[in-house]
Amino acid sequence: MSDRGDPVDGTGVGAATSADQSGFERPGEVPLLEMRGLTKRFPGVVANDKVDLLLYEGEILGLLGENGAGKSTLVKMLFGIHEADEGTILFRGEELKPSDPGDAIDKGIGMVHQHFQLVPPLTVAENIVLGAETTRAGGFMNRRAAEARVRELSRQYGLDVDPTDVVGDLPVGIQQRVEILKALYRGAELLILDEPTALLTPQETDELLAIMRDLAADGVGIIFITHKLREILAVTDRVTVLRRGKSVGRTLTADATTESLAEMMVGRSVVLSVEKPPREAGEAVLSVNDVQVRDDRRQLKVKGASFEVRAGEILGIAGVEGNGQRELVEAITGLRSIVSGNVSIDGQEVVNRPRKVREMGTAYIPEDRERDGLVGPYSIADNLVLTHYYEPPFANHGVRDFEEVDKKAELLVERFDIRTPDIHTPVKSLSGGNKQKVIVARELSDDNTLVVASQPTRGIDVGSIEFIHSQLIAARNEGLAVLLVSAELDEIFSLSDRIAVIYEGRIVAQRDPAATTREEIGLLMAGGEVREDSAA
Amino acid sequence: MTASAPPLTRSASNLNSYVARNAKALAGLGVVVVALIVAYRWDGTQTTAVMARTVREAAPLILAALCGLVGERSGIINIGIEGQLLLSAFCGFMVGSYSGSIILAVVAALAVAGLAGTFLAWTSIRLRMDQIIAGTVINIFAIGATSFFYVPNRTMATIPTVSLGFLSDVPLVGPMLFDHGPLTYAALVAVAVVHVALFETRWGLRTRAVGEHPSAADTVGVDIFRLRYLNLTLAGMLAGLGGMALIQSAGVFNRGMSNGKGFIALAVMLIGRYRPTGVLAAALLFGFFNALQAQLQFKQVFDIPPQFFGMIPFVLTIAVLAIAGISVRPPAAVGKHYEKE
Repeated sequence: MSDRGDPVDGTGVGAATSADQSGFERPGEVPLLEMRGLTKRFPGVVANDKVDLLLYEGEILGLLGENGAGKSTLVKMLFGIHEADEGTILFRGEELKPSDPGDAIDKGIGMVHQHFQLVPPLTVAENIVLGAETTRAGGFMNRRAAEARVRELSRQYGLDVDPTDVVGDLPVGIQQRVEILKALYRGAELLILDEPTALLTPQETDELLAIMRDLAADGVGIIFITHKLREILAVTDRVTVLRRGKSVGRTLTADATTESLAEMMVGRSVVLSVEKPPREAGEAVLSVNDVQVRDDRRQLKVKGASFEVRAGEILGIAGVEGNGQRELVEAITGLRSIVSGNVSIDGQEVVNRPRKVREMGTAYIPEDRERDGLVGPYSIADNLVLTHYYEPPFANHGVRDFEEVDKKAELLVERFDIRTPDIHTPVKSLSGGNKQKVIVARELSDDNTLVVASQPTRGIDVGSIEFIHSQLIAARNEGLAVLLVSAELDEIFSLSDRIAVIYEGRIVAQRDPAATTREEIGLLMAGGEVREDSAA
Repeated sequence: MTASAPPLTRSASNLNSYVARNAKALAGLGVVVVALIVAYRWDGTQTTAVMARTVREAAPLILAALCGLVGERSGIINIGIEGQLLLSAFCGFMVGSYSGSIILAVVAALAVAGLAGTFLAWTSIRLRMDQIIAGTVINIFAIGATSFFYVPNRTMATIPTVSLGFLSDVPLVGPMLFDHGPLTYAALVAVAVVHVALFETRWGLRTRAVGEHPSAADTVGVDIFRLRYLNLTLAGMLAGLGGMALIQSAGVFNRGMSNGKGFIALAVMLIGRYRPTGVLAAALLFGFFNALQAQLQFKQVFDIPPQFFGMIPFVLTIAVLAIAGISVRPPAAVGKHYEKE
């Protein structure tokens, strides 16, 4: 895979080097995009190290890799945000050195950023034409022409949008279409999609994959960045795998399997399915009864949710983000006041006092670890005792005992495999996966009865995901009640003993994972009607 | 005040949808018109005096609030409007006084307030300074400089009012709208110009994008920083006109004569929901209370110390901000430094 010789210009040579794949290179055809030996260094790190990449017109290339593998850096060089230190980019056989995004756009490259670059109060048409407006004399906007052009593009590519809608009112899936149209409006021949499925429901994801196929059929080349193997296998023609900045694998998708890709991505074989012994659930630990909660804007966000989590089981709450999960979790952990209904843990009612709720035996892995789970500038040791710093043995009569803190920290760093030079390192300097391990170490090392884990593996590397999953399973096996809130269906399915689906602030269904399908859960997450005949 | 005019060139169905979209504003306008007619029937002289003064008092507020609006729509908070008003009134006055030329006076006022705007943009873009502090710097500098260089007992030629022919003879409406100093007309024209520019031109689209979501504008090749420099300078010039409006009728400069108008303008901008037409309505409201208190004092209707009347605009500011401020959503990127990747 990485034993390739120097890429030589033209055709044929590389084919021999990428093992015995036929059709990897197409002799006689000029590739839409070719990257040769692209290198980008930042102070202290080599973000991309001699990366090669090949893509023909009308193809979809999957760019696969963990967070921090260098995927974003690579496409940012292509899009003119970063400049390559070494190597060349060939676009339709000609060297491309975009000086800035505007230049890249002019050359026919479009990018849909992970965080949408849309202005919410503006209309669809305004967003699409921004920066490339058609104007009348005097700089006046020609709104009708813009709207007509958007309608035309929308018909041509089957991307259904109304140009007069205000973008901020549209669902995420439609906003993404606007982003794609924005690129097509500018004449993009190569479209970069940076983690486009991260915020989509399963149905929206399927729609997007279909759109990608249509665009490719129309001759648009697509670079599809993701870390979801399922999507790579479903839609791409070829895959380039990055690991620690190097391209460690290039293959046609037809020759790849989930296992082979996962191994390339992580660098060792990965246990994709979690070992989970069957276990009888015990008494209810957490019970949530008809709870209503408001969000920060004082709108009712949880509209009467009821469920139980019993000792020794994992209840997975599946749902698209923004359907009240955050508010629900904050109500359970005492961070947010409950409008009506009640939550009890071991029969004790939860009040709006987080420390009290913790002392009742609750561990909490928050959704936003930087904001709610850690104090960035504090040391790892201090972060590990955040929940107990004020009581013995970590403090006596209000005076902290640093020896005890360090002792505990050394123990946890060892046990939870937190990769750090020192326990006194500020926690903000750790990688995402290690930060999350600090939280998990703190929360799961205490003597608790309930674990509330909200999006526990978002944005972290596969190794850390495996580890955190095994820790959650271990907690369940020890008889703790685990409430898992996740937008990742894979995670929900591999960990949960029962699945509850949240939609618009209500638990719309509860299912036995063995007796349901991804499709059914996906449909429920999107608010679809499913007959209540298999309720768990 | 000219909201009954159809917006640009639209067909009848567009006019209907325009009416539907602006139903509340049009209803409010209707109420004001009816109230004016009733008041005029009750006491024509008083009503005319108060309303003419309302528009006159509103002019500097309109210009100052538009200055704040253009700045915030581009993502920069300007609390230095007070200083810009004071500096431009002072420089306009001094240049007018020594040169005898009103044109030169206006040019000087525009230049100094525009420069203050450029300075604000520079501190926030280049120095990455807190915008509130930068605005405060302008205010403190303006108070110090205009006091230090103040020359007592100077006067300049007053700027004559311009009566627009027969229009100015229409009862009530004439004195209200068509018998003012040129800077009062400028304020009314500025509302229309900023409105059209903001919502109908390429500049406006880009400005709104930059104030809401700068990286979205950046990724499609809009030069955010250049636009912010340009807008803050242009906005400063609006405040410069506002400064001239302060001295246009009296022909004198007094220390601290902006008297909080730059801050009230921020309230006007907020109550006007960051829209030029809203700014016009809000400024007229403040102007009306100012005119009313002046008239009440003048006529000695109540036997109350004049300071209490003078307080009205400020009490009103607090009251309206407390009520209206809650639901107003400022442009999303206001006050934030933009990090280019």
